[in-house]
Order: sequence, then structure tokens, then C-alpha cells
Amino acid sequence: MAVTREDVLHIADLARLGVDGARADALTKELSAILAHMEVLSAVDTASVPPTDGIGAEGTPLRPDERVSPLMERTLESFAPAMRDGFFIVPRLATHEDPAESGA
Amino acid sequence: MSVESFGKLGAAAIASSVRAGDASRSDMIRASFERAREIGAGPDGLNIYLHSDEQASLEEADAIQKRLDSATDVGVLAGVPVAIKDNIASLGLPTTCGSKILAGYVSPFEATAITRLRASGALIVAKTNMDEFAMGSSTENSAYGPTRNPHDVRCVPGGSSGGSAAAVAAGITPIALGSETGGSVRQPAAFCGVVGVKPTYGRVSRYGLVAFASSLDQIGVLGRTVDDAALGLETIAGFDKMDSTSSDVDVPIYRLSALGGLPPDKRGPEGVAMESIRIGRTSVPIPPPPSASTLEGVVIGRPKEYFPDSLDASIRDLCERSLDRFRSMGATIRDISLPRSPLAIPVYYILAPAEASSNLARFDGVRYGLRVDPGKGLKAMYEATRSQGFGPEVTRRVLLGTYVLSAGYYDAYYKKAQAVRTLIGDDFRSVFSSGVNAIFTPTTPTTAFHVGAISDPYEMYLNDIFTVTANLAGVPAMSVPIGRVRRLPVGGQIITAHFDEYTMFRVAYALEASLGAEAHQ
Repeated sequence: MAVTREDVLHIADLARLGVDGARADALTKELSAILAHMEVLSAVDTASVPPTDGIGAEGTPLRPDERVSPLMERTLESFAPAMRDGFFIVPRLATHEDPAESGA
Repeated sequence: MSVESFGKLGAAAIASSVRAGDASRSDMIRASFERAREIGAGPDGLNIYLHSDEQASLEEADAIQKRLDSATDVGVLAGVPVAIKDNIASLGLPTTCGSKILAGYVSPFEATAITRLRASGALIVAKTNMDEFAMGSSTENSAYGPTRNPHDVRCVPGGSSGGSAAAVAAGITPIALGSETGGSVRQPAAFCGVVGVKPTYGRVSRYGLVAFASSLDQIGVLGRTVDDAALGLETIAGFDKMDSTSSDVDVPIYRLSALGGLPPDKRGPEGVAMESIRIGRTSVPIPPPPSASTLEGVVIGRPKEYFPDSLDASIRDLCERSLDRFRSMGATIRDISLPRSPLAIPVYYILAPAEASSNLARFDGVRYGLRVDPGKGLKAMYEATRSQGFGPEVTRRVLLGTYVLSAGYYDAYYKKAQAVRTLIGDDFRSVFSSGVNAIFTPTTPTTAFHVGAISDPYEMYLNDIFTVTANLAGVPAMSVPIGRVRRLPVGGQIITAHFDEYTMFRVAYALEASLGAEAHQ
């Protein structure tokens, strides 16, 4: 199944990855070539085969449903770009959002 | 202690020397850093370490030395310098995953595996170079430049745990931690001529391992010898309440040095004496203590799919020599088939990118790491941060994963791959339930290749062709050196059933003892 340039730009948008025009062309070829190798799977009969949706190794236990404090040995301030009153400061949605994007 | 002699010491010998007071922890730190300088491990040379702080390591070693001077139990890894792959969260040294998006990030918590190493006396000396977010098979995808193979600086060390493999191969540390998603410990171990272990999924806590593909990821151990790897795995294995996929399965002693010749009730000074191990509600007998000279009663499978006609004849010959050694030690070699193994690369390169596209969504410039804000809104900030912070391979895989999970393609790719993964696991279950105790294969189809030699992404993915099945099935596997081809190391792979690392080490010890110096010639 060949990937189109539009596909690449669409999934880049979904993945929040900025991809410029030249890179989009290269990625279209690369992803199409990689996915061509996946076609072999379509010939495998899996109609009665359940999917492996977790490795689920035997012996994996449930723990008591209780709150466990993260073992933080350094403060949030030590790595966060900005904090105030115990909260992360992030770019403001309301004033920074592109009007065209937000539908305003 | 001379730097040269340090480079040849195993972890157990270093710890024994420190416990006996023959050398101090600081001596070991100095020897490790001197060896790194001697071999040219810096960014202008082999480029093995991303982060290290010799002065801080010496101060830590002195502080521990003073605190424990009179203590009798100072740990099985007392004074052993250990290097850690840069995607395992550590206090003190940064954790950047070989990526610009985490440049300078220092974790506020520590991985359970590292905490257990420290509790056993190990000294963490460095964070090692790696393919960005563990995506690669050559360590060329690091944002901080490629690591070089200590055996031939024109060659890659393999990847993604290339820095850890190179540190051990160069004699800088006897043990290093790496991580596996599709072969990222075993493949560089093979390329660098060291031992590399991927434990059963769930055997080692993933708490603090930066997630790439959570259903496949495992922390693994690289060691100079089988004994180093066994000691390392014993130390970090076992249930951890901080990882919900960590298994509550007994961890037996793997080390021949702790088991050999001792009756079960006297096995090893540090571990638990056991004649059986508990897996869930069942108890599985442990075979007799391993011996370096006999494999009587052991059945070793030789899967035809891992010895294709296209396999390098010299690598095939070395594998056949190893199989002959198994026979001469009393093992039975049985031809077997793992028929769905040829499907493993397509399955892996659907499932791993799919999981990665979700796991790497957290790197968005908001809470930590790089933030690039063009001032055009939140979405523009996400896109600018991620496109500038991620390298080409990470971008490629996030897009691939997003594609196979997107509407219209989910059933054809992701759901299909999950079903075929079940069939691959069935192949292994079938072989092990038929009386086969271990499987032996080449670890890689080639020896280390030159830096820059492979530019096609799928050709690079094929490096994982013999290793990726163990990750998909969740079974343990390890690579041990079995000789050289054109002066470059070759690895042989031993695979066993879920939680049967014991038999895997038993076979590995026997092969290592049988080959002796031939393993590195």
C-alpha cells in the first residue's frame, strides 16, 4: 500500500511533527518502501488467531489499589522549564492559539 | 592496580578484591577512568560516554569507603564500576536518550535496576551513548555522534546499546546496563565480542527505563564474561511494585561460581537456596547445578530458519563449531523449525513504531526537555519542538507508527501484526514443550559493518532478523562470543523458555569454557 505525500503530511499533523516539503517527499518514498515489506503479512491466515495485545508473562501480579508516592529525589523545579506555586507554567492556549486553528 | 590488569578483571574479582581490602573503591574508579582515557573513549575517539564525572565518582567512592570500612556485608558488586545506557533514569548524571529533545535533562528519580546495583555496592560511573530513544542497530542515530567499535574504529559497535557494549569491550567497566526492544543488547554484544543478556519480559523492572515500545522493552546486561552477565542479572532481577509488568517469579542464582559443587542448601553466600522456582502458582524444578564441562541431558534446538543459505559461510562455520562443542559435552542437538520467524521483522516494525508513536507523545516541550516556541500557538510549539528535537530515524518511526494506527490502516497493519505476533510466540511454546531446553542460532547475520555503510532504513532493520523474535515472544536470550571472522567478533545466541534464564546461563557457561580463547580468535 503506497503512502502518498498527503498521507505523510496528515500523519505528521496528527503526530505534531513539523515536516517541510522536501522532507515530506523523502518520507513518502521511505515509508512506502518500508510498508511494502509489510505486505507479506496479508498472506498469513489469522482469522482464528487472537492478537497479542500485551506480553502478559505468567506471574504478573496486581498490586493493591492504593496510592504510591513517586520516589522523587529532586524537585519538579529542578527540571521543569517554568513553575509557579507548585504548578507547571505552559504556553497559554487562549492567547497563543492560531485563530484559524481554533475555529475562532 | 595497573590499568591493564583492571581491564581484564571480572566483576566478581573486583568485588572480591575490594571486600578483602586489597584495593579501594577509589582505586577502581581511577582505573576505570584511566582505561577510558587510554583507549580514547571520549567524543573525539570512540565516543562511548555521553555523561560522566570522574571527580564526583571519586568523591562518592570515598564516601562509601568511609561509611562501609568496618562493615562485613558490602555487596556482591562492592566497588565495581558500572556504565548505564542513557535511557535509564539516574540521579546525578543526565538521562538524554541520545536525543537533543532531552539535552541536559536530569531525572528526579532513579530506575529500580540502578537502585539495586547501588545497593549491591556497584558504582555508577557513566551514561553511555546510544541510538536516539533506542531506535537503531548501529549507534549512528545518536544526536551526539556515533560510537566506534573498539575492535575496529572504522566499524559501528552495533546498537542501540552500542556505548554500553563498547565500554565493556574496551575494558572500561566489566558490566554495563543496556536495553532491548528488538535486539539492542545482543546485537552490539555480538559486534563487540562481549556477552549480552535480554531477560524474560517481566524479569527486570522497567521502572525508570524511558519507554520506547512498552510490550517489548526490557533492561538487559552486558558483561565481559558469562559470569559478569550472570552477576549483573541476578542483582537487578526480581519483582518491583513500581512496574506493573514486573513478574513475581523467583530469581535463582545464575552464577556458576556461586553454585558449582555446592549442595542446594549451601548455594552461594548471597542468594536464595532453591531446588525449584515458582512461576505463578506452579513450581518448576531447577536442574542440577551447572558445570562448565557437561551438558548431559540438555536438548539444544537448531532452527533451520536461522541458518539460511544466504548466511555468511564463516559465521555458519563458527555456529556449527559451537554445536559440535555442545555435542561433545553430552547435549543432544535437534533440528527444529520456528516457521513464522521470517515474519518477525515486518511484525516488529509495525508494533514497535506504533507503541513508540504513543510513548514519545510526551516529549512535547511543555513539562521538561527542549522547548522551541515560535510564538504562534501551542500546536506550532509542539511541532517546532518535536521536529527540532527528534532526529531522522525517530521522526520516521513516529510517522510509521502513527500511520499503522490511523483509521483505515489499523486492521491491515497493527491488528494483523498483533495476530502474527501470537503465532511467533506459539512457535517458541511448541518447541519448548516438545522437550527442547535451549535454542542456538547466530546472533547476527553479519559482523560489524563500517560507519555509514548502510543508508537504507529497511536494510538496517534486517540487522535484527535473528534477535527480534525473542522480544516478540518475551523469552530470554543471550549472545556469547563464539569466534571471529576477518578479525571481527561473532556472537552465538542462546534462547530458552520464559523465566528459564538458569538453563540459558548453564549452556552459556559450558560454551564459554569449551571455547576458551577460541571465542575471541
